[in-house]
Amino acid sequence: MRALALAAGLGFALLAGPAVAPAQEATPPLPKQAWPFDGVFGAFDRAAAQRGFQVYNSVCANCHALHLVAYGDLGPAGPGGGLGFNLDQVKAIAAAKPVPDTNDQGEATMRAALPADHFVSPFANEKAARAANNSALPPDLSVIVKAREGGADYLYALLTGYKEPPADIKLGEGMNYNEFFPGHQIAMPQPINDNSVTYDDGTPATLDQEAYDLVNFLAWAAEPTLEERHRTGIKVILFLLVMTGILYAGKRRIWAAVH
Amino acid sequence: MDAPRKQSALVRWIDYRLPIFSFMDHELNAYPTPRNLSYWWNFGSLAGFMLVLMIATGVFLAMQYTPHADFAFDSVERIMRDVNWGWLIRYIHMNGASFFFIVTYIHIFRGLYYGSYKAPRELLWILGVVILLLMMATAFMGYVLPWGQMSFWGATVITNLFSAIPIVGNDIVTWLLGGFAVGNPALNRFYSLHYLLPFLIVGVVVLHLVALHQHGSNNPLGIDRKGPQDSIPFHPYYTIKDLFGMGVFLIVYAAFIFFMPNALGDPANYIPANPLQTPPEIVPEWYLLPFYAILRSVPDIWLLLFTIPAKTAGVLCMFGSIGVLFILPWLDTSPVRSSRFRPVYKWFFWLLVIDAFVLGYVGAHRPEGFYVLLGRAGTLYYFFHFLILLPLLGKLERPRPLPASISAAVLRAVPAASGKVEHA
Repeated sequence: MRALALAAGLGFALLAGPAVAPAQEATPPLPKQAWPFDGVFGAFDRAAAQRGFQVYNSVCANCHALHLVAYGDLGPAGPGGGLGFNLDQVKAIAAAKPVPDTNDQGEATMRAALPADHFVSPFANEKAARAANNSALPPDLSVIVKAREGGADYLYALLTGYKEPPADIKLGEGMNYNEFFPGHQIAMPQPINDNSVTYDDGTPATLDQEAYDLVNFLAWAAEPTLEERHRTGIKVILFLLVMTGILYAGKRRIWAAVH
Repeated sequence: MDAPRKQSALVRWIDYRLPIFSFMDHELNAYPTPRNLSYWWNFGSLAGFMLVLMIATGVFLAMQYTPHADFAFDSVERIMRDVNWGWLIRYIHMNGASFFFIVTYIHIFRGLYYGSYKAPRELLWILGVVILLLMMATAFMGYVLPWGQMSFWGATVITNLFSAIPIVGNDIVTWLLGGFAVGNPALNRFYSLHYLLPFLIVGVVVLHLVALHQHGSNNPLGIDRKGPQDSIPFHPYYTIKDLFGMGVFLIVYAAFIFFMPNALGDPANYIPANPLQTPPEIVPEWYLLPFYAILRSVPDIWLLLFTIPAKTAGVLCMFGSIGVLFILPWLDTSPVRSSRFRPVYKWFFWLLVIDAFVLGYVGAHRPEGFYVLLGRAGTLYYFFHFLILLPLLGKLERPRPLPASISAAVLRAVPAASGKVEHA
């Protein structure tokens, strides 16, 4: 028996051992932002997300696809009620993008995009994308907020995390230093600066504002049904609380005779 | 035959030819159940509920999903965006896997604590272990279907385990995958099997229930029912208790579905599968982490003249960790079922619980430095617990005296005249 207890004690000692030393390429902890879509009642800030669409459309879209989103999704018929653009705005946004099609003779043609078309990708294929980007592949941004540890906070930190590299770090050719990117060396040069766009609604386009707006847009793009989910969830939980309360009362009543 | 007598002529007509109503009456209504079952006994019916829910949501997902390497990822996202209530069905299913395992693991540890695997319930327990194995296979193949990075690389790692088989291993992997690497043929057969296995689980669950109803539930005291004073009918007592427990469970489950649906998943699975880019860390879903830790912890093992390479040894130990559960009823030599009367085993039970969490923690980290040591200690304890401790403990431990009967113990705990209801 004593041997058993000893072995058990040894196990506990191992458990209580020191935590591991941090990895070499440690990134600083992500600063937490207050996102309007966070929390039980979280909903999209459509003004910010529309500005973010403007940033995406004029800056990011030059390299990054968003192929899961259709132009019509921005309008009232989109999932979760869309991004707040009206149908005329959506048609105008789509009409500015040429998409490949075939005519009645079966010949390849180009036409203006319709709301039913998905966002046009900037490159025809991966090879073209790499050739234009120093052999790096700009990822599709459709679900990028869900596809990165830290989500919206990470993207905001990344967009605002470009720095001069420390003296002891040699950057690879064409690489850039970013405090929050794993390994710190990122192929994408700083994409947005102060006044990268001129906002239609007159909001001052600081770097922080642009990054905030863009992440709001990408969070919407990653899960346009988020608001519907939150609203439904509140109703479901309230229903379950009442139902469970009634069941508990029933349980007490039925079991009263046995106890 | 109580219920049919009260029923309509049609019910009696049917029951005379197909005794379905007598059967339900016998197995649900009149089924005698120990009067002292605690809330830990809720998790079996919860697991049954989860199985039905997973099949129901899965059938609807299958109507919208495209099992092709080029379209699978986007078809799942289409469910999230363009299918009415698709996001809800997918999040119920996706988080359902986690919650199915949560209730099943609690159900299993409850069985371990109260000795539910002991005679005459050995086959009941073994059928349960078969269900666990089938669940793991089903969950693993389901995780492959969205065709994200973790889907692809998880499938690559797990199917490669079969290459540990001597001589023919690599050929078997090629045969299983339908190719030299995970690709469209593998995705298609995983999809087919992911739809098939749940129905096999249903079959084994039926056997599990038949075996359960043969001798009835074990109970927190671990002693047999000695007469009618020890039993109450399943309905209404345990139907209402199970329903109340299900309400509490659904509140927690719904909180995840609606407010943190991706908290239990890996963000890397929202990156489409890329055979040319290995993710920095390949980890399975949380419910398989302890087994993954065992797989990766085992070093080369020397057996007298020959060596079992670490990979083979890891695979053997991983399957062995489930394998020992099959023979558990014979490894545990103690005649006493419930830990309430096993003062020493009780502590080792909790050590095993901690060990499972430690292995899960290790499984989530790269096997380097401290994690290797911790993983090996955890793996050693796991097998030590089942293979050495349990056989010895039954002989060395002096159990506390058992109560004369369930009703004696219950009635002593609750003064009959007292107005306040206390739980026994």
